[in-house]
Amino acid sequence: MTLTANKVALSEKYTELFHANRSLLDEGSSDLLNRMREIAIKRFEKVGIPGFKNENYKYTNLERVFGKSFRHLLEYQPVDVDLNEAFRCDVPQLDTDVVLLVNGWYYAKNQPLNNLPKGVVVGSLKQVANEQPELVKDYLNRQAGLSDDPIVALNTAFAQDGFFMYVPDQVVVEKPIQVINLMRAEEPVFATQRNLIIAGKNSQAKVIFCDHTMNPVDFLTNSVTEVFVGQDAVLDIYTIQNQNNQANSVNSSFFRQEANSNLLSSVATLHGGLIRNNLKVEMAGEHAEANLYGMSFTDKNQHVDNFTNIEHAVPNCLSNQVYKNVLDEDSVGAFTGRIHVVRDAQKTNAFQRNNNVLLTDSAKMNTKPQLIIDADDVKCSHGATIGQIDEEALFYLRARCIGEADARMMLMNAFAHEVVQNIRVEPLRDRIDELVEKRLRGELARCHACDKN
Amino acid sequence: MLTIKNLRVAIEGKEILKGINLEIKAGEVHAIMGPNGSGKSTLGNVLAGKEEYEILDGEVIYEGQDLLDLSAEDRARMGVFLGFQYPVEIPGVPMVNFIKTSVNEMRKFKGLEPLTAGEFLKLMREKKELVHLDSQLTNRSVNEGFSGGEKKKNEIFQMAMLEPKLAILDETDSGLDIDALRIVSDGVNALKHPERSTIVITHYQRLLDYIVPDFVHVLYQGQIVKSAGKELALELEEKGYDWLKNHSL
Repeated sequence: MTLTANKVALSEKYTELFHANRSLLDEGSSDLLNRMREIAIKRFEKVGIPGFKNENYKYTNLERVFGKSFRHLLEYQPVDVDLNEAFRCDVPQLDTDVVLLVNGWYYAKNQPLNNLPKGVVVGSLKQVANEQPELVKDYLNRQAGLSDDPIVALNTAFAQDGFFMYVPDQVVVEKPIQVINLMRAEEPVFATQRNLIIAGKNSQAKVIFCDHTMNPVDFLTNSVTEVFVGQDAVLDIYTIQNQNNQANSVNSSFFRQEANSNLLSSVATLHGGLIRNNLKVEMAGEHAEANLYGMSFTDKNQHVDNFTNIEHAVPNCLSNQVYKNVLDEDSVGAFTGRIHVVRDAQKTNAFQRNNNVLLTDSAKMNTKPQLIIDADDVKCSHGATIGQIDEEALFYLRARCIGEADARMMLMNAFAHEVVQNIRVEPLRDRIDELVEKRLRGELARCHACDKN
Repeated sequence: MLTIKNLRVAIEGKEILKGINLEIKAGEVHAIMGPNGSGKSTLGNVLAGKEEYEILDGEVIYEGQDLLDLSAEDRARMGVFLGFQYPVEIPGVPMVNFIKTSVNEMRKFKGLEPLTAGEFLKLMREKKELVHLDSQLTNRSVNEGFSGGEKKKNEIFQMAMLEPKLAILDETDSGLDIDALRIVSDGVNALKHPERSTIVITHYQRLLDYIVPDFVHVLYQGQIVKSAGKELALELEEKGYDWLKNHSL
């Protein structure tokens, strides 16, 4: 009873917060976002903050983090950020066009990107929704609005700003766009971020998200990203999660793929507290291909949960998932991989693999494939392993003069390499290789170390 | 070079080696033969430093040092080489990186500078030819997708790269066809040196036609029950291990 009462109280806290600040939310944003709020908050109210009893959040209790007290950022608050300072943390420095978001808001002092191909729009969702609503209106909440996830609904209710990118038909954006999501505040903060990416027909682009924190305080980010991959488009989305270990986040990404489109999503989780990544792909056009990779390296009390959901709604599509986790100390991981092949989605190829290495007895991994196949002419496979470092391989390396610590490192790097090698931006691949190695060596600067430098 | 005195070893509480005594001098080739389960591989693994074994008694002196006190990597750096019976596949670790790290770790231990890229490639080309190792194989991950014969050749290739003082070849002949056996043996023989000793562990006499031993020891139920010259191998082949069982009783 108490548990239920607490749950109601916790959820009410968020609905009350919404109603009390409704006008503030509306003022700070655009009509396109504002008109979604009412339905969203009602949808949130129905389920509330999911606890253990929610099947989709079985391995990640969000009540724990949503129950903490945070300052809610309900209007834009100017924060000064020195990009050079941000780069002192391990934000990968690449030859990219950089866009900075602070606490979920587009940073006002971003340098305009003048060299983008004609028609490409990169900037603030709020601003574009106000100034060029025609670019936003057909897409915003089209995928996320179909979700029954209360956390996604909560995002829609509170969303005011985030990253926006539009690539017109036939346009190739050669230089990757690097979105640096910084959390910066002196006290615990709850942030909501809403991103929208639209890749037109036969377009190509690469986006790299880097999640970082600049202060050693509790954060909670509720982020939703909707991505539309047009017919024949090729889109890469890379995410590097490297926040402090008190920073928590729920990141829900929705991809819709049209015919012949090619999507690559790769998420590397290095540091962070509780992280839940929801990834939904809808195969809406035939011969679409999605390659989805994820890897995490956790220690202490980190908790990383990846939940994927691939909807094969039409025939002849390919989805391939490889998720790998290395868990040290008391960290906990989870992977749930749902694949749904609808009745007439014949000739579907859907593959899924989840491999995990536990380095201690107290680390814990939960893995759950869920295949729902309603078509009869398909190729689907799934596999999950949970194991330790291969002792035979370790001895083999040591018997060839390689010291134990180096040998372990080699094996863990090799384990991660299968994911890293699929990164299609070479300097990023090298950089992530390096970050992974540093992470494994324990040398990766915790973000809060920046303040101490 | 190597003196083993009364070595007793157990695994999971079961005694496998029950008092081994062996003396190997520089330049000698010793063959250790015996039926399955007699402890041959255990002896090789213990000498190389595999950790799951429990040393109950005895000592192993290698070049004046107690070998059993050293880590597997230090033994390797000091020149002890184990050619594995079943070389493991290590996906994701490229052969080239592996060999390079291995060679340079050994050089570091000896106080030598790492090889330059050019020197390393030259050395690798040379040694690959020695065992007719397909060039493509060194572009793969360690042993990944190698055939049985390729794995064994790869072991000898690594031995050639590291030039060990004491090579222990654990059933290098098992699963090799006669051509591969000849190539592998030629490789081993090419590395023969007055300062280098070899322990050949094998079940069959055939390998010893190619790698001619100075001494043959028969290991049976954890003990060396007979030692003699190379003629012992032929006698064993002819009469079978059963002869030995009766003989030892």
